[in-house]
Amino acid sequence: MENILEIRNLKKSFGSHGVLRDISFTVKAGDVISIIGASGSGKSTMLRCINQLEDATSGQILYHGEDITAPKVDVPAYRKKVGMVFQNFNLFENMNVLENCMVGQRKVARKSKEEAEQKALFYLEKVGMAPYIKAKPRQLSGGQKQRVAIARALAMEPEILLFDEPTSALDPQMVGEVLQVMEKLAQEGLTMLIVTHEMAFAREVSKRVIFMADGVIEEEGTPEEVFGSPRSEKTREFLSRFRKC
Amino acid sequence: MISDMNFFERILYILERYGASYLKGAGTTLLIAIVSTAVGCIIGFAAGVVQTIPVDQKRDSFFKRILLRILRLILDIYVEVFRGTPMIVQAVFIYYGLSQMCNIQLGMWQAAFLVVSVNTGAYMAESVRGGIISVDPGQMEGAKAIGMNHVQAMTCVILPQAFRNILPQIGNNLIINIKDTSVLSVISIVDLFFVHKSVAGALYTYFESATIVMLIYLTMTVVTSRLLRLLEVKLDGSDNYEMTDTMDIGNQLGKKRS
Repeated sequence: MENILEIRNLKKSFGSHGVLRDISFTVKAGDVISIIGASGSGKSTMLRCINQLEDATSGQILYHGEDITAPKVDVPAYRKKVGMVFQNFNLFENMNVLENCMVGQRKVARKSKEEAEQKALFYLEKVGMAPYIKAKPRQLSGGQKQRVAIARALAMEPEILLFDEPTSALDPQMVGEVLQVMEKLAQEGLTMLIVTHEMAFAREVSKRVIFMADGVIEEEGTPEEVFGSPRSEKTREFLSRFRKC
Repeated sequence: MISDMNFFERILYILERYGASYLKGAGTTLLIAIVSTAVGCIIGFAAGVVQTIPVDQKRDSFFKRILLRILRLILDIYVEVFRGTPMIVQAVFIYYGLSQMCNIQLGMWQAAFLVVSVNTGAYMAESVRGGIISVDPGQMEGAKAIGMNHVQAMTCVILPQAFRNILPQIGNNLIINIKDTSVLSVISIVDLFFVHKSVAGALYTYFESATIVMLIYLTMTVVTSRLLRLLEVKLDGSDNYEMTDTMDIGNQLGKKRS
């Protein structure tokens, strides 16, 4: 199948500190890839580079063969196709749930009000948040906010959805409801790139797992390979720390 | 005969003879304060937006970066000059200065609106910039992530929140303007303070007239601050929300499809 994304020799440094040191991998349609690794290993920075929220220092990010790090690229148009779900939800505080899911469709995709509303309701229904369309973000729990944020991203009908630690800011009892939604999306064939600390989820839901350490991809493979028989010493050490707790 | 009256009788006498003048003066004061605060807000928002435009070294053209830098320099000078000099001097400077130096004959009304608006704008520019910066950066990222450009993100997401954040500041400025328009009497604007000076001078009743004027100013500012508080509550919306029946949603969807 065709590559949606191809990351080639991606490097990112803040000052003299190299956060990403030569990252390369590809994402094909239907891939569900979990990216695991210790805090500070560069997982989130990589995701933010892919969505151009951070400028890569060097390297290429090819989207259907087009390098979107080039100066002349229409970044907003690219972002429309590559959705992102944040650790802190980032729902628009000045809008209710329904408006959050409509504003991008109306302003960016220029859809009619009826169409945008219908699509918003469809995806809110999918994440189980349709009854809350009149609520403001501040009135929702973390898990509810994250489900709305997922619906907002889906309403743009992206080709691929990036998740930046979607459950890290949630209370333990709310993690499940968000992971359930994500699992459903994975089963429906949505292409997903997920930075996560939920090892059980990464193991069960993803097709591929990428383990990052110190700004490089230390190990990459199927969940069975990475979790079952890790080749790298660093992977083994990282995973063993998780099993203890 | 006015010297035979006691304090309250004198106040009643003044009100009887000059009540209409006081009210007209108060109306002028309010008109200048409200219009100029509104115009000042527009200036402030424009300036604040320009000050917070991000510069992308890679994607923005050289021309755009230079233009932005010049604009910001002009805005900085504007803010420093009008925030750093008294409005009473600005009024004289603009009213007489423009006619002498540039041969522009401003009416005193135009001069009054101009001075107060531009002065308010200088204060608001910094408030708006602060209001924009104080919005959680995640809001901008959320907007970008669904494909919004900077203008869309500002108008739909950031500015409405910044506006809510600085509403108390806007109210502050309005109240300051209601009081500070009194300095416009130097360019012969017949506002509330001008009426006071005329009446007090004509009847030699400084204390009585000042009492009346104090009360009118206080009424205007208290009412204004209460109204603004109401607006804040209204903007924040209800703390409750209604659950929407999912069956209804299904029906709505059905209706729209058919």
